Amino acid sequence: MSDWIVSHLWLIPALPLIMSLGILALASRNAAAGLAIVGQAVALILSLAAFVATLATPGYRVFHNFTWFTFGEQALRLGLVLDPLAAVMLVMITLVSLCIFVFSVGYMAADQNFTRFFAYLSFFSAAMLGVVIANSLLLLFVCWELVGLASYLLIGFWIHRPSAAAAAKKAFITTRIGDIGFFLAILWLYGRSGTLLFYDGGNGALEKAGLVTLGASATFVALLIFCGAVGKSGQFPLHVWLPDAMEGPTPVSALIHAATMVAAGVFLVARVYPIFSSGAINGVTAPLTVVVWIGVVTALISALIALAQADIKRILAYSTVSQLGLMMVSLGVGGVAAGIMHLLAHGFFKALLFLGSGSIIHGCHEEQDIRRMGGLRGLMPVTFLTYAIGMMALSGVPLFFSGAWTKEEILHATSLWSPSRVPHYLMLAGVVLTALYMTRQMVYVFFGERRAAAQHAHESPPVMTGPLVVLAFCAIIFSVVLTPAWPWLHDYLSGERAHYDLSQLIQPGLYLALALVALGIGLGVLFYRGSGASDPLEHAQPALFRFLANRMWLDEFYDGTILLFARFAARLSDFLDRYFWDGLVRLFAGIGQLFAGLTKSFDERAINAGVNDATGAARGLGRVLSGWQSGQVQTYLSAIALGMLALLLFYAWLT
Amino acid sequence: MTPTLQFFLIVSAALFCIGLLAALSRRHAIFILIGIEMMLAAAGLNFIAFWRFGPRPAPPTGVMVTIFAIAIAAAEAAVGLALVIAVYRHYRTTNVDQLDHLKG
Repeated sequence: MSDWIVSHLWLIPALPLIMSLGILALASRNAAAGLAIVGQAVALILSLAAFVATLATPGYRVFHNFTWFTFGEQALRLGLVLDPLAAVMLVMITLVSLCIFVFSVGYMAADQNFTRFFAYLSFFSAAMLGVVIANSLLLLFVCWELVGLASYLLIGFWIHRPSAAAAAKKAFITTRIGDIGFFLAILWLYGRSGTLLFYDGGNGALEKAGLVTLGASATFVALLIFCGAVGKSGQFPLHVWLPDAMEGPTPVSALIHAATMVAAGVFLVARVYPIFSSGAINGVTAPLTVVVWIGVVTALISALIALAQADIKRILAYSTVSQLGLMMVSLGVGGVAAGIMHLLAHGFFKALLFLGSGSIIHGCHEEQDIRRMGGLRGLMPVTFLTYAIGMMALSGVPLFFSGAWTKEEILHATSLWSPSRVPHYLMLAGVVLTALYMTRQMVYVFFGERRAAAQHAHESPPVMTGPLVVLAFCAIIFSVVLTPAWPWLHDYLSGERAHYDLSQLIQPGLYLALALVALGIGLGVLFYRGSGASDPLEHAQPALFRFLANRMWLDEFYDGTILLFARFAARLSDFLDRYFWDGLVRLFAGIGQLFAGLTKSFDERAINAGVNDATGAARGLGRVLSGWQSGQVQTYLSAIALGMLALLLFYAWLT
Repeated sequence: MTPTLQFFLIVSAALFCIGLLAALSRRHAIFILIGIEMMLAAAGLNFIAFWRFGPRPAPPTGVMVTIFAIAIAAAEAAVGLALVIAVYRHYRTTNVDQLDHLKG
């Protein structure tokens, strides 16, 4: 099975794709969810088989390349690759997707476009799996764009809502800005090294020979690729689309905007990491430094904004942006394995949190404002417990929750970064903020008095709580392979043989993390306990709160600068079109008309006049002559007689 | 008194003029036809007169030509009368003033 799937890797993305098409073709409401779930479950089994195959040897890597088309001398080759990075992503994506598919059966039960929803979900899953196993930057880009398309379709799923349609457009266009950079990177890479394959038996772009050919261009290629990652992973300054994307149905938010799609940017950087680190001195290169600082800014800004949001999904969205920033920092400082581990752990607990929020929203009759909830602890026990596990994993409560180990590892990696210690301290602050805003959310939603929306809340059906339990279980059990005592996943991702060292379990970093998380949660409980529907921060610092609640006015800033410029350019083009170019066209048209008028009058006055004169003369002559032809036979006779008389007289005159 | 050539020529010219006048002034097609016959008769009379008072009056050449001319004139009169009858049947008139369909 394991060997078989390695040579049939294409089956993993193909299955959900076929299911997606099948659902659209059948258009049967009953079959839709079943087909999608079966497709996803089989994909999960195949992914697990592929994962088992990669366990065989450390640094396992198998790729299949094939020629897509030949263009003159050049053959464009695509390929699929299976290595630890791809394998863990496959398992994570298929597992999280499966949970979300099952959850959606309950969440979307009342929606009339149930069938379409599952077709899109399956399609999305197929595209994302394609991104993961692509062995060619071009194939990756194709799947990347398909993921973007799926995201567009799903964010705008409730098309009758203008805000959803606008959010879908915003997401699509904003990520497109980053994708322009990505596309330029592809062209640049192909122009320089003549190949887009990652691994090709020594000739791939990520292998030694390829990197040598690339030379100094690697810096620019890496930066341009990072543009794409910034767009897709919602990094500053292109993060604005991600919170708006919460307009989509909650399972979509969980699947796309938390667990999988936004991870594509982080995955991309990890995949082409050799290009980013090409020519590194002490593990530092210009592109990696950019990655670190962008990540730091993103993580802090969005954690602060999350503090002042009232929409339960928006808080999670900003939390996602913040965590993605953290992963970018990790990649930038050289902790690739740590970043990917956090990506996987985050995939589980963020999907859990989003599905939990979906359950809360469902239970509170589509209410999303946390200030109108409260006291849901007793009404929704399963949701409460699983949500608490997700919250603790996200905050990084040590020992039992997956997020803690990965965060600790990232903090450790940042502390070793040679150029600056600033990212390390800022990330420590980020940990406190994360614990703080998650505690705030917990207190608002589950504790205190029951406010308006919580009066008639009810627990969700088992089809929705089931996936929550599975994901909560994953969020805890996953920590087993993350502990420093048995850093199995770390070694697996780094291509080393796993080792076991119990003395590594308790490190100074652990105490630090524990202290910071305790500080965050403690502050949160202190601030928000008994605060009711009002926010203590709003009372203490109204200006700051408004600044954060309005998302630092970044949307307005873009509206006032870039969009203003775009609108100005549009208006200028309109003006130029209307008056300048149109004027030129009109001028030429006028000249043409002038000539036409001249020839017309020449025709009418000169040529027509000649013809008219000639015909007029002929007609006048005819009229005169026809006047003589009176039809009176006696007149003719008289004329003959007169003529004869004249002849006689002439004859007489002659003689 | 013996008739002379001049006498015949004057009679002939008078006859011709009367015929011409009839042909030009009468409105009835039959009378015009009669006028034309009179002009033909004047021409015939001229032939006879020039033959009789000419240098060789012995062979009857002038008489023969005139007899032929009268025979042809009879045929012409028959055709002319047939035309007049056809016209009358078609237009219910023989007034040549009204028969102006060939007007230009």
